[in-house]
Amino acid sequence: MEKYTLSVLVENSAGVLSRVVGLFTRRGFNIHSLSVGPTADDRVSRITIEVKGDVYMVEQVSKQLSKLMEVIKIKTLKESEMVKRGLVLVKIKTNPKNRGEIIEVANVFRANIIDLSPTTITAEVTGSDQKIEAFLNMVEGYGIEETARTGMTALERGANTLKIDK
Amino acid sequence: MNGADLAVKALEANGVKVVFGYPGAANAPFIDSVSHSSIEYVLSRNEQGAAHMASGYGRVNRVAGVCTATSGPGATNLITAIATAYMDSIPMVAITGQVKRELIGKDAFQEVDITGATLPFTKHSYLVNDVKDITRVVNEAFHIATTGRPGPVLIDFPMDVLKAPYEEDGEENEINLRGYKLLGKANETQIKKVAQALKKAKKPVILAGGGIALANAQEIIRDFVKDTEIPVIATMMGLGVLPTDDKKFYGMIGSHGTKCANMMLNRSDLVIAMGTRLGDRSVANAEGLEKSKKLVHIDIDPAEIGKNMQPYIPVVGDIKDVAVQLKSALGDYKANAEWCDEVDKLRKDTAPEISKEDNGFVNPRYFLERLSELTKSEAYITTEVGQNQLWTANHYTIKEPNRFLTSGGFGTMGYGLPAAIGASRAQSELPVIAVMGDGSFQMDLPELGTMQQYDIPVKMVLFKNDRLGMVHEHQYLFYGSNYQMVDITGGPDFAKLVDAYGIRSGRVSENSKVDDAIKEMMDGRESYLLIVDVSPYEPTGNALNESRMKEA
Repeated sequence: MEKYTLSVLVENSAGVLSRVVGLFTRRGFNIHSLSVGPTADDRVSRITIEVKGDVYMVEQVSKQLSKLMEVIKIKTLKESEMVKRGLVLVKIKTNPKNRGEIIEVANVFRANIIDLSPTTITAEVTGSDQKIEAFLNMVEGYGIEETARTGMTALERGANTLKIDK
Repeated sequence: MNGADLAVKALEANGVKVVFGYPGAANAPFIDSVSHSSIEYVLSRNEQGAAHMASGYGRVNRVAGVCTATSGPGATNLITAIATAYMDSIPMVAITGQVKRELIGKDAFQEVDITGATLPFTKHSYLVNDVKDITRVVNEAFHIATTGRPGPVLIDFPMDVLKAPYEEDGEENEINLRGYKLLGKANETQIKKVAQALKKAKKPVILAGGGIALANAQEIIRDFVKDTEIPVIATMMGLGVLPTDDKKFYGMIGSHGTKCANMMLNRSDLVIAMGTRLGDRSVANAEGLEKSKKLVHIDIDPAEIGKNMQPYIPVVGDIKDVAVQLKSALGDYKANAEWCDEVDKLRKDTAPEISKEDNGFVNPRYFLERLSELTKSEAYITTEVGQNQLWTANHYTIKEPNRFLTSGGFGTMGYGLPAAIGASRAQSELPVIAVMGDGSFQMDLPELGTMQQYDIPVKMVLFKNDRLGMVHEHQYLFYGSNYQMVDITGGPDFAKLVDAYGIRSGRVSENSKVDDAIKEMMDGRESYLLIVDVSPYEPTGNALNESRMKEA
């Protein structure tokens, strides 16, 4: 099974997300990750969905999504033709002895330290799935108290855009 | 004016003449407003009945039928009928009352999230939160329900929105659906591919689905078949696209279709499927059809293409347009005459023998053939679900697709009688016949009251075998004749029952008396119940198993 990324422009109105997510459950498709937010046009939201499956399944997902009234436009993004990022917040166990070491690791990953306490350090990492995984692997040894991770969000590379026809 | 008045005004503007429904506190403002309008209403005995009536009405008049129910249990009672309409792509607008806005989400009395509950089987739904949106929402609902691939749309109105005073002042109520794309003509490249494939094919067959009737394209397809001479088989929803006694029609496919049609599906080298989902009951061996690389799938809904099987050539478009495009690409093409002879012979060789000797039971196949003959099929006919449905589908001559109303996709018992009431309310030109089993009739019984109250006549045929026949047969075939939960001998005396409603009835248990019984039933316009005694061991009869059931 491969991972596919769908970029979906929807009306920014109540209940849209539940229609989209409900469709996945109902038709037996699995959502790998999901992120939602308004676009520059506040009447439109963008939903980025990662799904795992074969090419036929993704085509079917895309066609079924297109049938929803609130779905304005949809595109399956190609791995090589998009930039894709996710974000994770990690709260790592720390003590005065290893705090510096953790900050060094964070620097290598260009992670931001966004909170400190005597016993914890919270880092923010943005990047691809692999980068986030690699960072989590690196800090696992110190002890991870908690993580909060977003779904991936993506845009096409270059001048290509997902435009709404006027 | 208030919200309810706006909604009713918008219904009138969308051509609504009748609303089927059941009242309650939450839709009371709507009912009140209907009473001051040109729209008439029909009170059902259960909300489910009202929605099936709206479905039957809509199919006959080629409009979106309208039903209404109150919040909570009223709304949930609609659910089965909405799902029934959805599965057969029947246009419908369901209007529900909802608790007032400030109570939504508080588990108020008779509150249910009906838009949430119906999400999987409505084409679209609305919870109207602002009185200003009402006119636009109603307009959109009718547009969505009746265009493209049709389907049911639900509008949920909180009671306080219906009661909110509002005067329209030149608002923009134009529909605003930028995410809704309607398709017409198909891509010419695909049409050319189909034409080429057809010219090469030695054994082409058209598989007609219900989409043709929904598009009202049966005349176009009839002309197409006349010109090309391609033999036609059909799914249950596609019956009547060609009159079922037409010389180019070879029967229904599927697990209970005819032997001939199923064999043709297997033998053919090019299947032109038009407006069908290719559902599991129609095509059991999806993989086989996919692998044989002979499937051309034409549908208005792109998501149907490749859903159940990958076609060899996909064509997305409105069948009305596609048939015309295809005809022009084909020129004076005619289907291979050898193949036509082969299937003619096949049809002759596989024609079932219909016995009509007297043995205390009526042969339902013989009955339905006589019913077609004596009425000349000049009637609307509805069925319930089970043996009665399949006997009718295979043995009653269906001349027009929209005159045969059945729950094909969802298989809903309790559909036939209310759908017949809807069909009868929709027109008075032709009689309406409801074919039922004694199981499904008992899911409908209360609607006899609706029929009588509003003088909506239905000719009822009740195949009585004291069994849930289809399951009974299933238990014979697959559960070693362990007949459980299929015996329904508890009564009632159906003649006395309909008499209680003032409906006349008759009974027939010999084939030789069938003609007289049918003539008696069809005499006059009023409702009538004909009880037809059928053996509990009468097989459904199908391509897969022709064996007669053994007595337990």
